[in-house]
Amino acid sequence: MSRSQTLWLQLGAGMTGPGPEAEYRAHLREGRFMIQRSRATGVHVFYPRVAVPGTGEQDLEWVAASGLATVYAITVNRTREGSYNVALVDLDEGPRMMTRIDGIETVPIGARVRARIIEQDGAPLVVFVPEQAA
Amino acid sequence: MTHPLRGRAAVVGIGSAGCGEAPGRTANELMAEAALAAVADAGLALQDIDGIFAATSTHAFPTLSVAEYLGIRPRYFDGTNVGGSSFEAHLLSAALALDAGLCDAALICYGSNQRTAGGRLVSMSEPQLHEAPYKPRHPITAYALAASRHMHQFGTTRAMLAEVAVAARAWANLNPAAFARGPLSVDDVLGARMISDPLTTADCCLVTDGSGACVLVRADRARDLKHPPAFLLGAAGAGWHRAVMCMPDLTITAATDSGPRAYAMAGVLPSHVRLAMLYDAFTINTLLFLEDLGFCAKGEGGPFVQGGAIAPGGRLAVNTNGGGLSCVHPGMYGMFLILEAVTQLRGDAGERQIAGLDVALVHGNGGTLSSQCTALLGTAAAL
Repeated sequence: MSRSQTLWLQLGAGMTGPGPEAEYRAHLREGRFMIQRSRATGVHVFYPRVAVPGTGEQDLEWVAASGLATVYAITVNRTREGSYNVALVDLDEGPRMMTRIDGIETVPIGARVRARIIEQDGAPLVVFVPEQAA
Repeated sequence: MTHPLRGRAAVVGIGSAGCGEAPGRTANELMAEAALAAVADAGLALQDIDGIFAATSTHAFPTLSVAEYLGIRPRYFDGTNVGGSSFEAHLLSAALALDAGLCDAALICYGSNQRTAGGRLVSMSEPQLHEAPYKPRHPITAYALAASRHMHQFGTTRAMLAEVAVAARAWANLNPAAFARGPLSVDDVLGARMISDPLTTADCCLVTDGSGACVLVRADRARDLKHPPAFLLGAAGAGWHRAVMCMPDLTITAATDSGPRAYAMAGVLPSHVRLAMLYDAFTINTLLFLEDLGFCAKGEGGPFVQGGAIAPGGRLAVNTNGGGLSCVHPGMYGMFLILEAVTQLRGDAGERQIAGLDVALVHGNGGTLSSQCTALLGTAAAL
């Protein structure tokens, strides 16, 4: 095999099949909220990526999220069609995500919330509810 | 040691067109009118322009569109798009290109007819995959989230945010070219319609038409042109995220990175700056940038602006044109920060003129607090 053929094989290695984004959605469709974790450092990563941001380490594995989080920031969007909140929550594992706190107009920053997988527009979606209501 | 790029290029021409409402005009027409005005203001001919820098919300290839419309074949071009901060980034790349001899006269331009074309903010920004399902109404949702966090962490109040809008309006009332003029009180802002808690319509920038352009040349040539040059003393950009969900701390922007590098290049301290042009897309922006650019400590932006401190006659002149909140905001406002800073440095700002000004800071913001680009401009006295 020529040197360039070897190089192409190396570049292509591991690139077959769906990427982490598709895998994340596949887990959600089966009712599992999974996030990634670096095998070496234990650092959790969200949104799903092909490598750990900052280091490029490609040792990410899928782990179940605890589903527990703390509200970091929240707003209520007020539109003619009605109001709904948009929040940023810090997962107990570390990463932050955008979400909605369902079943309530708003909650204070710092509130504990728990994840639920719902269906929206035909696709699974992670939302949160206040911990006491969960 | 003096930075090798400090003072090597200067803004020598500025122009704008259609600021406010420009019914029946296309974005290209507005952009060309601003460009021609800037070239004429510099005392140059269109054929002198051999570098083009542009970013807009509607052109996929803005430097090509501008070059074609004006009939220029540029030797150097840069269409870097970091949202509303693009033009501050272009100042730096124009200075680099001029210094390297890649071009001799750089035109930076922007234009939009968003108000009369659609009446709302136009954006080519693609939805962020892990944000879009929650229906954020960006940009306002992102800035509202930042405001919620600032209020939570530092006790900032809605009345403090409102002071920013009130100060901007007071400056606009001294600027005949400002779009929104007339009385505005803290109570008016607090009583305005809530859009995304805690931000009301009065906490949000205008949606206007308008175009702006400026011309830069190397410093030696700048001294021979029509107007006193506004020398580029320093500039730097920084960006730590694209989507607001990936912003590490919603109360600390990348201006804490761009600012110190721009100051260092310029050899300027925040205490030397007597005019701060801060991209005020929303009232929270002004507080964040006052803090992150060293005008007050983190968390003290709210108390800092109270009592008219950034209004005419206050302790620091901020956004003397009236800002994006009350002067003009045609989608990507960063260009207009430069135009006002240069107007002030020339001493041409009329009733709102800051006396004896020699250093002005312009700070552009792009995306959802994503891109931060700081530049310092100064008169010959600042060199």
